[in-house]
Amino acid sequence: MSNEVEILLVEDSPEDAELTIRALRRNKLANEIHVAEDGTDALDFLFCRGAYADRTFSHPPKLVLLDLHLPKVDGMEVLRALRADERTKAIPVVVLTSSFEQEDVAAGYKLGASAYVQKPVDFEGFSEAVRQIGMFWLLINQALPPGEFTASKAHGV
Amino acid sequence: MSHEVEILLVEDSPEDAELTIRALRRNKLANEIHLAEDGVEALDFLFCRGAHADRTFSFPPKLVLLDLKLPKVSGMEVLRAIRADERTKAIPVVVLTSSKEERDLIDGYKLGVNAYAQKPVDFEQFSETVRQIGMFWMLINQAPPSGAFVASAARGA
Repeated sequence: MSNEVEILLVEDSPEDAELTIRALRRNKLANEIHVAEDGTDALDFLFCRGAYADRTFSHPPKLVLLDLHLPKVDGMEVLRALRADERTKAIPVVVLTSSFEQEDVAAGYKLGASAYVQKPVDFEGFSEAVRQIGMFWLLINQALPPGEFTASKAHGV
Repeated sequence: MSHEVEILLVEDSPEDAELTIRALRRNKLANEIHLAEDGVEALDFLFCRGAHADRTFSFPPKLVLLDLKLPKVSGMEVLRAIRADERTKAIPVVVLTSSKEERDLIDGYKLGVNAYAQKPVDFEQFSETVRQIGMFWMLINQAPPSGAFVASAARGA
């Protein structure tokens, strides 16, 4: 079952996690959403180890929604680790954070975030932002097909 | 004026370009859209040279919408060049192509596209796809700030 996860939501705030999941579900954007509450859990999930040793690299989530300020391992480190490994580097990662710090936006892009979204402070704005994220990343964006994440074939690219 | 360009649309088909621009304008998603009809012009624009020598690197477009099959220099080569230079590598690039080749999808991700969208054949769906792209990338996404375009001092980022 954990190979069918569509969205990995990396979020340590239970309130924000609930709002996010509701907005995605209400708009029928994703059924299979896994929540990781800290950076270590996120990395274990994405690297198919620890509690998630049953997962395979060939079926990554279609999207990682990544908060930045996380316990144990922070969001920037999760992003760095993800982009450093051939098996995970093409997974779409949208930073979804309360941080308005320009340094964080710059750092996120430098580390290879696919996109960067600041969480609106109000409930409706937040839900709408999540809806737009889901609409684009789950319905419009074409993610790499399963199986293409493991091979680092010499295509000369 | 050309430093306020919000979207660089790289598209050799006049029909697709018109459809795209209309969809963006009708939904008030972008005013300043620059159209490059081949890969050379796209690169001249982004690298502030040739006909675009008046542009500066400090005002990149918020988004590059990139067709793949282009005259002179292909979309993949444009993407490669964008990602190879610190002054441009953080610019969000969304491939928007009629190609259904998996090879293109794979190469696009290997070269570091932010996202990849296929052009629907149907006129209304095409417009809707462009609208969704515009909604996310112009209204929800935070474009990289100028700090994202500067070579890192050894921050390990």
